Amino acid sequence: MRYSKGLLGGPGLSSPRNMAPSRRGFLGGTAMIAVSLVMPAFAGAQEAAKKGGVLRYGMNDGSQQDALEPGSWNTVMCGAAFNGALCNNLVELLPDGSLAGDLAESWQGNADSTRWTFTLRTGVKFHDGRAFTAEDARQSLLHHMGENSTSGALAIVSQISVIETDGEDRLVITLSQGNADFPYLLSDYHLSIFPAREGGGIDWESGVGTGAFRLESFEPGIAVRLVRNPDYHKPGLPHFDAVEFVNIADSTARLNALLTGEVDVIEDVDIRNVTLIERNPALKVHRTPSLRHLTFDMNCSVAPFDNPAVRNALKLAIDREDIIAKVFLGEGEVGNDNPVAPIMPLWAETPPQYVYDPEAARALLKEAGMEELKVDLSVSDSAFPGAIEAAVLFREHAAKAGIVINVIQEADDGYWDNVWLKKPFNASDWYGRVTPDWLFATSYTSDSPWNNTGFKNARFDELHQQARAESDQVKRAAEYAEMQQILHDDGGVITVAFVSWRLAMTQNIGHGETGGILPADNHRCAERWWRTDV
Amino acid sequence: MNKSSHPILSMVVSRIGLGFLSLLIVSLVIFFSVSLLPGSYASAILGQNATPEAVAAMEDKLGLNQPALWRYLSWLGGAATGDLGMSFAGRPVLDVLGPRLRNTVTLAAITAVIAVPLAITLGVLCARFRGRFLDRFLSTSTLASISVPEFFVAYIVMMVFAVKLQWFPSMAGIRNSMDWGEQFYRMVLPILTLLMVILAHMVRNTRAAILSVMASPYVEMARLKGEPEGRVVLRHALPNAIGPIASVVALNLAYLISGVVVVEVVFVYPGVGQAMIDAVRNRDVPVIQACALIFAAAYIGFNLIADIISIISNPRLLHPR
Repeated sequence: MRYSKGLLGGPGLSSPRNMAPSRRGFLGGTAMIAVSLVMPAFAGAQEAAKKGGVLRYGMNDGSQQDALEPGSWNTVMCGAAFNGALCNNLVELLPDGSLAGDLAESWQGNADSTRWTFTLRTGVKFHDGRAFTAEDARQSLLHHMGENSTSGALAIVSQISVIETDGEDRLVITLSQGNADFPYLLSDYHLSIFPAREGGGIDWESGVGTGAFRLESFEPGIAVRLVRNPDYHKPGLPHFDAVEFVNIADSTARLNALLTGEVDVIEDVDIRNVTLIERNPALKVHRTPSLRHLTFDMNCSVAPFDNPAVRNALKLAIDREDIIAKVFLGEGEVGNDNPVAPIMPLWAETPPQYVYDPEAARALLKEAGMEELKVDLSVSDSAFPGAIEAAVLFREHAAKAGIVINVIQEADDGYWDNVWLKKPFNASDWYGRVTPDWLFATSYTSDSPWNNTGFKNARFDELHQQARAESDQVKRAAEYAEMQQILHDDGGVITVAFVSWRLAMTQNIGHGETGGILPADNHRCAERWWRTDV
Repeated sequence: MNKSSHPILSMVVSRIGLGFLSLLIVSLVIFFSVSLLPGSYASAILGQNATPEAVAAMEDKLGLNQPALWRYLSWLGGAATGDLGMSFAGRPVLDVLGPRLRNTVTLAAITAVIAVPLAITLGVLCARFRGRFLDRFLSTSTLASISVPEFFVAYIVMMVFAVKLQWFPSMAGIRNSMDWGEQFYRMVLPILTLLMVILAHMVRNTRAAILSVMASPYVEMARLKGEPEGRVVLRHALPNAIGPIASVVALNLAYLISGVVVVEVVFVYPGVGQAMIDAVRNRDVPVIQACALIFAAAYIGFNLIADIISIISNPRLLHPR
């Protein structure tokens, strides 16, 4: 699964589910957050963790295009090997979704969240002995900016107007517009810190970072091997002596590699193999709730979907439980037509929960004088795995409400170019975003580039602008809650399911709570996990 | 050069000319059909950042705003001199494909060295002992293995030898850091799979080619003269069946270069087939074009050699009256 399919964004973010911002979790615009060292998620994990051994990780999407240049990263293989093992960011997403310092120790925003001052960790060294300074951080961000940038982090860095260093250990970032979430955005995996070059730019070619592992070998699309960095700045980490990320694109071959002991962990386990793995006492399946959601999107600007009654009838005419049971074999959670994931910090309940009610759907349409509703639903296998089967079930569910859904199977190739954003009712695969602000700016405000639901709601846009730089957290949470309720009541998204990252691994791999914002424990499995058999 | 070889010489030269012409036509088809692929590299790579400006900057960087004909000619000119240009990811195509091509050719060569002599021997034996146990056994088993899709053969081989018996690793993911022994050990299963796939094809065709010659009057004549059956097959039938045998061998060798994608994927073997899939997924056009050109050249080249072999082995041309 790649990040670049046309909709995948940077990381999203998760946090404790309580709405009140926790002191360390969500950022007050003016709060000063100081973080000491990072500890694994649950106490006691540290004692259990043993030193030594090798982690061999079977990946699904490495590519011969993979390169060390951070702007080009768009596979999980690059993310886990380079962002998570070779490098550090200024900030780190903890497994519980809160934000901690990494190469930055603390940060502070001004009153309107336009100016952020980061105090950097001192005494950190790159793998070749160069000392990490504010200039390295500055150049690592500048690398993604500029006229002809084609970086994957463009959407984030384009908010930055100036980056200044203040001595060796301070970085001051000025934004063109207030953004209370800005420190979260610096967790984007492209924004890894590399050594600055004399005269500007960064030296990514040497493959030198500050991370828990040093690069030993890199064969694009085949394998990356890294060895322990004894001078790592986090005490007691990492546990492994070496990590290997191996690309195995075929799901059967991936499973066989795990069964024959070629690798210790595999990602993207085929749902049909889950029971087989769970029957094997030497293996375990590990699921982490993620931001990823699979949807059927209705374009609210196009008839008949411009009629709210039609949208609501269709939301009531789908049996989500049935689709999850039959298509995803239980591997998914029902959504409530709110694209914000429950693991995100500002997620809000959006009552009532949509349930399958064909009679209510029929009554709604009757009231609106739309009894003869016929709609085309465009799907393909590349929209999301199981999209065609889900659409066919939806057709059967809707028929009971008197709605005729004509399922059109579009070509796999070019689906994202020719169908998505173009056909009024289509299937979509969303990877979520770091913050609700970014999620909405990407796909739900009137002028968003990926407004697949053609959603144009003045109140929603106004709230989006207000909440962005709002420093009063209670008010801010209320604004985001209202936005989510608007999407639930009036939006064009039908969330078929929220899915988890699904790994299979041998019982010999130990780990604490795993983060679900990015795959592979927020990319940081190499430094967080350990072997139990060494 | 005596007079009798002139017809051969002129035929061989014209075949070679035709080969180059086909390659030229294929290169045109490749270049212009790749541009028909939906989607673009810029949108595939930029993903979330595919704003019109970023796409324009990317296309500018890749030189995609030049006229198509000009791009085609410069690509062709480069390819003719062994320069396949730069992949969109910024590495020379030769650097991307070089190691992959070496892996594929290694796999193909080892398989071919085992398969070709074995297949011809078995085919000749089938023809010689037609209808006996050996022939019936081989005909049945080759028919069975032709009827099964190759990915299935690959999975069966993997299940038996890697998962159940654990004799060989399930992954053939060879890397530069491994020594020769280790690399070969990891290649056993893909080689075995490919052998099962191409042996069957070649054995059946060899047998058929020889048997069709065996039906001709001069074989009857040889028999009437009292030649032993083995000698009839080897001395009279085989030389005249070389042409068709050469074509089927050529076809299978070309398949080994270009058609092993499935086997490469299943065994995670880093060959050129996987590189092409990867490139198609990313819309990395220079790499796709280079792969297609290499595959086309392999097909045309092997067929050319087969043609030349059948021309040279044609007694009518060898001994013109």
